[in-house]
Amino acid sequence: MRTYPELIACVSCDTVSERRDLRRGELALCSACGAVLQRARWNIQQLAALSLSAAFLFIVANATPMIAIDLGGRHSQTTLWGSVLSLADHITAPLAIIVALAIIVLPALQIAIICWLSLFALGGRRAPWFNSLMRAWESMHAWSMVEVGMLAILVSYVKMKSLFDVQVGIGVWAMAGLAVLLTAIAHRDVRSLWFELQSDAE
Amino acid sequence: MNTIARAAEIGCLSCRVCGLVCENANAEGSGCPRCGSILRRRKPASMTRAWALLTAGLIFYVPANLLPVMHTQALGDSNGGEDSTIMSGVIEFWQNGSGDIAALIFVASILIPSTKFVILSTLLLMAQFTGGRRSVGVIRLYRMLEVIGYWSMLDVLVVGLVTAVVQFRGVSEAEPRIGILFFGLVVVLTMLATLSFDPRLLWDRPTRA
Repeated sequence: MRTYPELIACVSCDTVSERRDLRRGELALCSACGAVLQRARWNIQQLAALSLSAAFLFIVANATPMIAIDLGGRHSQTTLWGSVLSLADHITAPLAIIVALAIIVLPALQIAIICWLSLFALGGRRAPWFNSLMRAWESMHAWSMVEVGMLAILVSYVKMKSLFDVQVGIGVWAMAGLAVLLTAIAHRDVRSLWFELQSDAE
Repeated sequence: MNTIARAAEIGCLSCRVCGLVCENANAEGSGCPRCGSILRRRKPASMTRAWALLTAGLIFYVPANLLPVMHTQALGDSNGGEDSTIMSGVIEFWQNGSGDIAALIFVASILIPSTKFVILSTLLLMAQFTGGRRSVGVIRLYRMLEVIGYWSMLDVLVVGLVTAVVQFRGVSEAEPRIGILFFGLVVVLTMLATLSFDPRLLWDRPTRA
């Protein structure tokens, strides 16, 4: 089968353009519909640094309480996992699976994958299971919702502050940082690894 | 940039995973030479899947809005506590003087889901009945759906957090209710519908499913 690695087809409108060598920070847009075709925001060192920081923040965000309330001398607090368990305890149990995937499991897998891929990329090579992991990353990114979780904590805080003495935990700051990092590692930056790291077969 | 060709017109297709452009002679259904994923000219059964998921979402949208999403009980409630729905949550923020949060939840829980139904069904009808070159605005609508879709999960996560932490037995307690399950399913179904739809169909000649 003949292939054209020098071309790029827009996923929104199928228009073909030539792949360009971008300098850091540049974007290539589709000339027909304006969709982002290529993005070169980070080099591999930066990608690896962002990934490792995300891994650290993820651990902090999940190990520490998100939100705590006091009422008449009694104290109650929850972590992200606690909010999953609360949904799992009632008729809403199927939803607990969705929430666990969206705010814990998929972000964890995404971070693990990008750390693994970028650490090998630092040495200029494709990590073991590169193809499958890149595919997995591609299919997961739509369902990872750390940013929404961050906003949900803010809304919950406001919702409860008229009734209780509410405090936010360390986890919230970690979560906020994580939301920023995961947004910064957009999937088009990761996609460029296909081109920056040539496989032996090519 | 004077000649703009589409991959389909020059006999090519692009891999959905790694983006490699391949000659389409007999590529459809075979593995991508670079990444090994199955090559498809268009997402398979795109229109059928998108319609089915969108309809299912629309059906669940009714109980999601009518049934209670959360039950709260505070000390001194004589009537056995209070059920709140998606809309009553918005109104409650408004009345407590948090107009900004009320607006935020209104956008995430009411405006975004209803807009998604309207935009996606419009795009599906356009792809089904008219083809050819489109204005940039049409494709922007689709990209907007992809970007805003998952923010509707906001209310689900809020219910999870509030019910997890408001647990003062006998004094003040909160429990999730079935409405939020339906609401979460609406968000997932409409996201799946958006992902199944192939925006490139908007440019193709109609009659292909």
